Formats: sequence, C-alpha cells, structure tokens
Amino acid sequence: MPVVNLAETAKRELNAQLHALSVDTNETHWRVENPQGQHALAAGLNVPVTVEIAGHAGYYCAGMNSQATVVIEGNAGVGVAENMMSGKVHVKGDASQSAGATAHGGLLVIDGDASARCGISMKGIDIVVKGSIGPMSAFMAQSGTLVVLGDAGDALGDSIYEARLFVRGEVKSLGADCVEKEMRAEHRDLLHKLLEAAGADAGVDEFRRYGSARGLYNFHVDNASAY
Amino acid sequence: MDLKNIPHTLPRFSATFDPHTLAEIRRAAATGIYDIRGGGTKRKLPHFDDLLFLGASVSRYPLEGYREKCATDVWLGTRFAKKPIHLKIPVTIAGMSFGALSGQAKEALGRGASLAGTSTTTGDGGMTSEERGQSQTLVYQYLPSRYGMNPDDLRKADAIEVVIGQGAKPGGGGMLLGQKISDRVAQMRNLPMGIDQRSACRHPDWTGPDDLEIKIEELREITDWEKPIYVKVGATRPYYDVALAVKSGADVVVLDGMQGGTAATQDVFIEHVGIPILAAIRPAVQALQDLGMHRKVQLIVSGGIRNGADVAKALALGADAVAIGTAALVALGDNDPALEAEYQALGSTAGAYDDWQEGRDPAGITTQDPVLAARLDPVAAGRRLANYLAVLTLEAQTIARACGKSHLHNLEPEDLVALTMEAAAMARVPLAGTDWVPGNPQGF
Ligand SMILES: Cc1cc2nc3c(=O)[nH]c(=O)nc-3n(C[C@H](O)[C@H](O)[C@H](O)COP(=O)(O)O)c2cc1C
Repeated sequence: MPVVNLAETAKRELNAQLHALSVDTNETHWRVENPQGQHALAAGLNVPVTVEIAGHAGYYCAGMNSQATVVIEGNAGVGVAENMMSGKVHVKGDASQSAGATAHGGLLVIDGDASARCGISMKGIDIVVKGSIGPMSAFMAQSGTLVVLGDAGDALGDSIYEARLFVRGEVKSLGADCVEKEMRAEHRDLLHKLLEAAGADAGVDEFRRYGSARGLYNFHVDNASAY
Repeated sequence: MDLKNIPHTLPRFSATFDPHTLAEIRRAAATGIYDIRGGGTKRKLPHFDDLLFLGASVSRYPLEGYREKCATDVWLGTRFAKKPIHLKIPVTIAGMSFGALSGQAKEALGRGASLAGTSTTTGDGGMTSEERGQSQTLVYQYLPSRYGMNPDDLRKADAIEVVIGQGAKPGGGGMLLGQKISDRVAQMRNLPMGIDQRSACRHPDWTGPDDLEIKIEELREITDWEKPIYVKVGATRPYYDVALAVKSGADVVVLDGMQGGTAATQDVFIEHVGIPILAAIRPAVQALQDLGMHRKVQLIVSGGIRNGADVAKALALGADAVAIGTAALVALGDNDPALEAEYQALGSTAGAYDDWQEGRDPAGITTQDPVLAARLDPVAAGRRLANYLAVLTLEAQTIARACGKSHLHNLEPEDLVALTMEAAAMARVPLAGTDWVPGNPQGF
C-alpha cells in the first residue's frame, strides 16, 4: 500500500501520482499521512482506488471525484466532494460549508455535522449526514437525495428543484417553495437503501420527507413576494 | 380677441416621459413583470467612438502599409499554466451558452474562430460536442450554476474561465426561460423541461477573494496546472476586482463592460448596472501595473467591440486582447435585414430584435427550436465569422501601422486623444487639441 507523508511530500506530487494511475492499477489502496488541513487533497481522481486521509483536510477535498473512494479520518473543510461525479467520500468527523455542492453522483457520508449550504445546487449526488446540517442547505438543489439524521437549520431547500430531502430531527424552517411531502413506499425504499449504504443506524419511519412545491418553476407575478 | 385664430402649440413629447418610457409603463402595468430581453445596453454611452488616434507625424513615423509587418498574436496564461494559449489574433469569442444559442450557432462560432486562429468560450450550460469538435482552442466557463460542469470536460478544455460576473448584469445570475429549456438543454442542466431556469449569482462553494484563491488552486490541481485560468468580472470596480483576481492567482482577467450582451436579463439591469468598458480599462491596467503584473497577467476586455478601431483602442489603453459576443452573432446572421418580414411578425424589426429569451429567432441563432436552428448553416456562418475577424484584425493593423507600431501590443495611450471631456476623463487621455487630462490620474 503506497503511503504518502505530506510532511515530506508536496500535495502537488500526491495529486499528480493519483492522477497518473490507470483504471487497472494494482495500487488500489493509498494512505495519506500528515494532511495538515491542506486544500484540494485527492481532488480530480478518475480511477476506482481508495485513498485514506489520516487527519483533517482543507477545502475541496476529493473535489470532482470520479470512481474513487476517499475516506477522511478527521474533519473536512469547505466544499468536500464538490461536484463529485461518482464514487464515495466518507468524512469521519464534521464537514464545513457547501459539502457535496453541485455534485452529480456518488455517495457522500458525513459521520458528524455539516455546516451551512450542505448539498447546495446538488445535481444527483446522495448525501447522508449522521449529525445535523446548517442553514441554507439544499439551496437550489436540483436532483439527488439528502438524508439528515439530526436537525436542519434555517431555510432548508430554498428554491429547490427535484432533489429529495429526508430529515429525522427538527427542521428550523423551510426555504421558499420547499414543503413537507408524503412518504410513499418508493421513498421508504430509497431511504432504506441509502441508510444501509451509509451504515447509518436509523429507522425509515423516523424521517420526514421534504421537496419542491414546484410553485416557482414558472415565474408568476403573484409569487413575487416569495423571492 | 378672435378665438378661432389663436395659434396652437404643437403637441410636445416629454424628454423625461418619452414614447419608449410611456410604452414601458403601460407594458409593466398590463403584465406585472419586468421586461426581459437579450443584447446589451441600448442607450448611448461614452465609448471608443469618443477616442481618436493621432497617427504618425513629423515627430513619429509610420510603418509601410502592406509591407512592414505588424504582428497580432497574443499569449494568454503565461503566469502559471504549463500550457499557455497562443492565438493568432487578439480577438476572442466571448462565452455564450448552449441553451441561449443553438447547437448550430455554437458550431459556427467554433468553425469561424478556428479559421481565424482564435478561441471560443463555452457558457452557462456546459460544453457541447459541436463546439469542442470545431473549436481548436476552447475556454470552458466555470459559473455559479455549474450546469453541465464535469471533470471530463474540464480536462478537455484548453483554458478555464471562472465567471464572477458579466457586464450586462454584474451581481446578477442567469436566466433561461422555459421556452428554451428543450430536452437536451434540460438534460445538460439537470433540470425539468420547460421551467424558467434561474441560475445563481454567487458561487455555491466559495465567497470572497481568499476563497477564490483556494478554488483556483483546486482547479489547477485537478487539471495538473496545465491550463490557463481566467477570471471574468463585470465592470464595476475594476481597479479592486482586477487586483483581487491577480491576488487570487488568475492567469488572465476578463473585464466585460456594461455594453456587453446577454442572452436574457432584465432590461433595467442591462441599462443601469455597471460601467462602460471605456471607463473600466484604465483602472484595470493601473491595478496590473501597480502590482507589476501588466502583460504578465493578461487582460481581455469586452462590451460593445464592433470594428478594428475598437480593437486598436482597447489595446492602446492597455488590454492584451478583446472578446466579442454580439458582433460575432451579427456576423453569423443575427438581425439580418433579409429576415425583415419575420422580425415584423414578432413585433420587432431587423437590427432591433432582442427577444432572444423567447427562442423564436428567425436566424436560427438564439433558439432551441430544431426547425429554426436548422436554418443556420454552420459552415457558411463560420466562414462569415472568419471573414469578419479578419477584417477586425486588418483594420486594427492599419491603425497600428499608421501609429508606427510593429505589433498591436505596442499601441499605447499616448497614441490617443478624446473627443469629449467624459471620454478624456475615463480613458485618461487628453482632450483633442489640448494637453488636458481631466481628473487626477492617481485617484481611482
Ligand atoms: C447570447 C449571449 C449569451 C451569453 N452567455 C454568456 C454566458 O453564458 N456566460 C458569460 O459569462 N457571458 C455570457 N454572455 C456575455 C458574453 O460573454 C460577453 O461578455 C459579451 O457578449 C461581450 O459584449 P458584446 O456582446 O458587446 O461583444 C452572453 C452574451 C450573449 C450575447
């Protein structure tokens, strides 16, 4: 197993090595020591390898990830797994703002809490947060699923499109055009699968579902006060 | 008194409440929604027309028109990128989204630019195969909406442009009305078909210059420091915005004046927010000079560039290159008088048609309607664009030679004078026939 010690090796070197891997590489399990909160660690991966980061990561860890599994054994800074396409990112600590922002696919699991704007403009990713999330989460969320085992802050799902939100705890307030929706069998099914994939210990029936009222999809003057 | 013979005053229109204003009040009262349109500012603004070149004289001598070389090439991205871009001409095609434009129009832009030796730029909505296929040098925009953003396309791009704003709407997000959200557009943007798409005005995962620096570093890491990174701003506070873009690690700054076109924005935004490009270039160049970065971080300016004189003036004020949007569309065939009957049917007239948001463009350019779009022949339209780009370049060279310059980049503010006090103050060149530059050149 390759071990890269960032106290000795530059981050550029680490990322260059990871980018140089071919899809059928034998070096499928990497360990990164002394990450020291550096930014853009393991960003832009494009092969099915696993990278364990032994500590805290800075901004945009695993940004634009495709195929790879990135495990952060600490906290993650702003925009962890931003614009992820596929693969898996697992934050064992807490995540800062904009976790999973604009991501198209893959699974992001956060064992702790996530700050404001979790899942902002998400475009297909699945996000499971075992703790709570901050305000303005899932702002303009387009598609994908956000599951929160704890509470959600103010203005959840403001201006949301077709993303699905499941929250177990309290929602401080819902944003414009976001409403509570009925939990049907298909939603229970989806939620169950995601909880299982994330190794989260919670019952499907403890959650409520939120989504778009679709009232702002086409502009109408009588809705102007909603903006 | 003979009441019958009292002379009547002529009916008089108010300069304040002119017919256009009255019509807009009635339209607003009837609909309850602001006017949305495409294009740029329509009212008269201080512009390059208010500047003149002095040309050579006894104290300076010109270059021989067709014999002595006047080079036009430009390097972009020499600061950090491993693979900087080398263009034959300093006129690039500005970012215009697929969605706003048809696939055929994007292809035509790619063809024309490649023939002329310059670059095109994607837009809100992502990279299309039409454009990547035809454009030799393609700049990939990184916008707040991140519609269609993905690492594969990022790696296919020749440069990346982080869009913070545009001149038509600094501080505003995008909008694409339901009529233009076709199946393909909806799919690329991951949205339901037919909805009025709002795109964000702020980036979702960074705020402020300190974050921008980290964001740029991430984009460089993902693409292994190969590609030039541009930062595009609408002209508002150019001195500070350019300085902060440089500080954030940009290779190239794109500065778009208020005349700059848009696919669809509120008219009130287009006409009242931002400053003319004429007023923005000198503060931007000053910022670069103060940081010792002029010509090291390249400056591309846009907003109402129409002819080679505009190109030459922008370069003389210190820009490294210009970008064109509206003029490129006109070269493709937008607003062509040959389509007058159809413009009339849409309640407009050739030359004034700007309801691009409706997607009914008879020229097949600003539409997603497959029947209309098929009217634009990308090969012929690309040829027209290449011809037009050649004329812009020849005109700029003509002026540069007359000023004795062997490269367009050797043009300088000292070659210029202003026709109006406004232009003299904004461009910081003397009023023609005087040595007077209004204002304090240091005080931005
Ligand atoms: C139809 C159209 C679509 C545009 N789309 C975008 C866009 O997606 N992103 C962007 O940064 N600017 C966009 N712009 C602005 C141009 O990139 C450019 O700043 C402007 O057109 C330059 O001014 P000019 O039109 O006067 O040449 C668009 C402009 C037009 C005319």
